[in-house]
Amino acid sequence: MKLIKNAASRFVPDVVNGEKQIPFKGVGKFKPENKFASHKIYSCADYPSDGNKVETNLKTALKKAGLKDGMTISTHHHLRNGDIVTNYLFDVIHSMGVKNIRWFPSASFPCHEHLIKYLEDGTIHHIEGSMNGPLGKFTSEGKMKGVGVLRSHGGRYQSVQDGEVHIDIAVIAAPASDQFGNANGVQGKSACGGLGFALADAEYADKVIVVTDNLVPFPCVPWQIQGNNVDYVIEVESLGDPAKIVSGTTEITKSPDRLLVAEYIAKFLDEAGIIKDGFSFQAGAGGTSLAFIPFIKEIMKRKGVKASFARGGSSKYLVEMLEEGLINYILDGQTFDLDGVRSMKDNPKHVMTSPFTSYNYHGKGNFASIVDAAILGATEVDLYFNANVVSHSDGYLLHGIGGWQNCLFSKCTILAVPSFRDRIPVIVDDVTTLCGPGELIDVIVTERGIAINPRRTDLLDAVKKSSLPIRPLKEIQKEVYEICGGAPTKPNVDKNKVVAVVKWVDGTVLDSVYKIM
Amino acid sequence: MAVLKKASAGKRGDKIRSDCFVEIESANKGGVKTSVVSKVDSMYGQSINDLLIAMCDFFELKHASIIVEDYGALPFTLAARFEAAYKKLKPEDTKEFLPSFHKNNHKGTSRDRLRRSRLYLPGNESKFFPNAGLHKPDAVILDLEDSVAPSEKESARYLVRNALRAVNFYNAERMVRINQMPMGLDDLKFVIPHNVNVVLIPKCESAMTIKDVEEEINIIKAEHNISNEIYLMPIIESALGVVKSYEIASASDKICALTIGLEDYTADLGVERTLEGKESIYARSTVVNAAKAAGVQAIDSVFSDVNDMEGLRASVMEAKSLGFEGKGCIHPRQVQVVHEAFAPTEKEIEKAKKIVLAFEEAERKGIGVVSLGSKMIDAPVVKRAQHTIELASLNKLLDKNWKRE
Repeated sequence: MKLIKNAASRFVPDVVNGEKQIPFKGVGKFKPENKFASHKIYSCADYPSDGNKVETNLKTALKKAGLKDGMTISTHHHLRNGDIVTNYLFDVIHSMGVKNIRWFPSASFPCHEHLIKYLEDGTIHHIEGSMNGPLGKFTSEGKMKGVGVLRSHGGRYQSVQDGEVHIDIAVIAAPASDQFGNANGVQGKSACGGLGFALADAEYADKVIVVTDNLVPFPCVPWQIQGNNVDYVIEVESLGDPAKIVSGTTEITKSPDRLLVAEYIAKFLDEAGIIKDGFSFQAGAGGTSLAFIPFIKEIMKRKGVKASFARGGSSKYLVEMLEEGLINYILDGQTFDLDGVRSMKDNPKHVMTSPFTSYNYHGKGNFASIVDAAILGATEVDLYFNANVVSHSDGYLLHGIGGWQNCLFSKCTILAVPSFRDRIPVIVDDVTTLCGPGELIDVIVTERGIAINPRRTDLLDAVKKSSLPIRPLKEIQKEVYEICGGAPTKPNVDKNKVVAVVKWVDGTVLDSVYKIM
Repeated sequence: MAVLKKASAGKRGDKIRSDCFVEIESANKGGVKTSVVSKVDSMYGQSINDLLIAMCDFFELKHASIIVEDYGALPFTLAARFEAAYKKLKPEDTKEFLPSFHKNNHKGTSRDRLRRSRLYLPGNESKFFPNAGLHKPDAVILDLEDSVAPSEKESARYLVRNALRAVNFYNAERMVRINQMPMGLDDLKFVIPHNVNVVLIPKCESAMTIKDVEEEINIIKAEHNISNEIYLMPIIESALGVVKSYEIASASDKICALTIGLEDYTADLGVERTLEGKESIYARSTVVNAAKAAGVQAIDSVFSDVNDMEGLRASVMEAKSLGFEGKGCIHPRQVQVVHEAFAPTEKEIEKAKKIVLAFEEAERKGIGVVSLGSKMIDAPVVKRAQHTIELASLNKLLDKNWKRE
C-alpha cells in the first residue's frame, strides 16, 4: 500500500483491500467514464408461481443463496440500536463456518458490539459502512483484518450503482412483508418508518433475503421494497427491541448551550433572508439539528411564511409543523419516533425518500442541493472550514458519515458545534480526519459566536448590521485555546498503518484514518 | 489533631465531566510520583503533567504520590482540586497557587448597576462556569451556600476563588453567595482578594450580620491592599428577616440591593410555596418597601420551574408590578425571559422619552425646574425615566440614536 497526496493535501492509499482507488480530485472534478453496474437477467420461471418465497430459516436461505467465503453481505440500519437481526445473521454465518465476509451495513450501532468476536475470529474480514462506538475503537486500534471504508449514505448508493461494491447477499430486516417479499417499515410491532437505505441492496444484490416478524397477506402495501427484487422471505419472532428501534417521543435537548446555538441558527437564517415563503430546510433528530426547529417555527409563524418542504430525520416536531400547515411536505430519509412513523403511514405529504433520490452524486441531480439550509454537526472544524465527523481529536473513530457529506451541498450549510467539549477544542488547526471540504461549509455556529466562510460574501453582507455575534473563526479558536490551556497536541498515530479510509461522495478517497499507537 | 497522610478532592465516576479527582499521599522519600488517567490525555496530557509539577514545586512538595483521574477538567479546576487536596494534608500552609486574572475580571462595578437577572451557579460544579456569561445575565452568582454539599464546602472555595480570577464571565457582574455565619466569614478570604463585585449574605436577620461581614471585608481589603468597591446584597429568608428588613437594608452604605429567598421563607412560615404566591405577598412588599426606603434595589426570589417559561414571565411581570427590579435565575434559559419581562412597555418608553427630552431641554436652558406640559417633574421621576430608556435600548426596543428623530 502506497500513500499518495490527494487534491485536499491528505495522504490516501492507492489500493484498499486489494482494490485500486482514485484519490480525491476536488469537488465536482471526478467524472467517471465507465458504466453502471448490472446483474444477470432473472426469469420469473425460476421463482414459485404462487409467489410464496417463504423459507424455513435464515440458514437455509443463506445456503440456497450460495453463501461462501469472502462474500459481501449487506444490512441496513433502520432498526438502529434495537437491531438483533444483524447479530443473528452473523451468528448463523459463523455456525456455517464461512469466513472473510465483507460486511456492508448502511450504518452500525453500539448494539453491534456483538460482532467484535466475529471480526476477531475471521468470520468478518472488514466493515464498509460506519464504525461507531466499540467497532470504531476496535478498528482504530488496528485490530480489523482489512481496511474499513467509510461512506456517506449517498456514497453507499453510488458505490453499489457504480459497481465499486458488489453485494452478494442483501439481508433486509422488514417490519412488514408478504410471502412475495413486498415489504415496508411502517407496519407491525417493529415499525421503524421508511426502508429507503435498503433500496440499493434490493436493486443491485445478487440475492435478497427479507427477514420479517410480521408476515402479512399479499399485497403488503405500501411496498417500499418490491418483492420482484426479493429471493427469499424468512419469518422470525422478533426483529429487535421496539423501544430502541424508534424512541416513543423525541425530546429536545435541555442543554442551555445547545439551545443558545439553536436560537442563533434560527435568528441567523431569518436575518440572512433564508426564512421566507417557499424555503426548505434539513433537520435531524439529535442535539441542535432538532433543537432549532421550535425556534424557526416561531419565526415562521410570526412572519406568516411556509416551507415548501423539509428534509428529515423526521420527529414529532417536524410532523407537528406538517400538520399545522407550516411545511408542505416532509421528505423523509429516516424516521426517529412514533409520531414520525404514524405520519409517514397516514399522511401522503410525508414521503419516504432513499439515498438515490436525496443524496446520490452520480445521478441526474439529487435533492440535497435544492435545500436552502442544512443544519449539521461535526466533531472538529479547522480555520478553513474543513470538517471532521467520523473521528474525535484523540484519533478514535466514533461516528459514521451518515447523510452528512451529501447535505453539505445545500445552499447554506451550517455546522452547529460547541466551541469545546469538556477540555477538547472543536475549532482546531488541522482536523484529525477530513470528511467535508471547507468550500462546501458556509457557516459555523457555536455558543461563542457565528463564523461565516469568507467565500460567502453574500451571507456576510446580508448580516452586516445584525446584532448576532458574528466573529472570525480564528478569534473564537483563540478564545477557546485560552480556556483550554493552549492548542491541543495531536494523537500519537502510526502514519504507515491505515485502518480505514473516508470516501468522498463520488467514490474517490478523501482521507485516511490511522492506527492509534 | 492527627496529621493526615493521604487526602483527596474533586469528583470521580463515569458520569463526571469537565472535572477531576486528585489524591495526594505524602511520603518521606522517593520524590514525586504522578499517575494520571485522563480523557484528554492525547491532547493535554503534557499540560496536565506540567501543572502538577509546577504545583508541587510551588508548595515545596518533595515526596508524594499523586493520583489524578481527569474527565476533561479545565486548568483552573485541576489546580483548585489539587490545592484543595493538598490543603487537607497541610492546613497550616497559607500559600495560595493563584491562576492569573482574565482581563475581563479586573472590571469593577457600580452601586446602581442594572441587576435584572442573576444566574446561580453551584460553586462546586465548575463545568457550568465557562459558558454562564454567554447567556448574558446581568450577574452570575458563584454559590458557596445551599447548592454545595457540606463535605464539599472547603473544596468549592478553591474552585470559586480560581473561577473569580481565571474564568471569563463576559460582562456579567461577579457575585458570590457566602455561607451563613460564622462559616460565611471564613469564605470571605477566598473571594475578597479576587475582585468579586458583590457578596450575597444569606439568611439575614439583623444589621449585626451585615456589620460583621463588612468589618471582615475591610480587614481583608487592608491586608491585601485592595481598594475596589465591593457591594453587599443581603438575602431575607425568614419571618424575622422580613420584620428587620429596613434595619438590614440600611445597615451599610455598601449595600446595593436587598433580595428575598422564598423557599426558606415559606418553610419558616410553615406553608407551601405556591405559584400564585399569596402567602409571600406581605414579605415581598415589605422587602420592596424597605429597599426603597433605604435607597437600594429590590430584587425578587427565583422561579423554580425551569420548564415553565410562561409561568416565569408572569411571575416577573408581577414582581415588576410590586416594585422589584430583578429576579434570580436557576437556569440560563430563564435569563432572556426575565429581561424581556422587565422590559418597559411602549407606553412607558414614550413617556420616558418625553421626560428625558424635557429634562435635557431644561438643563440646556439652565432652568432648575423640569416641566412637561403643565406638570412639574421631580428628580426621581427623571431618574426613573432614564432607567426606562436604558432598559428599552438594552432590549432593542429603542434605537440608541432616538433623540435625533
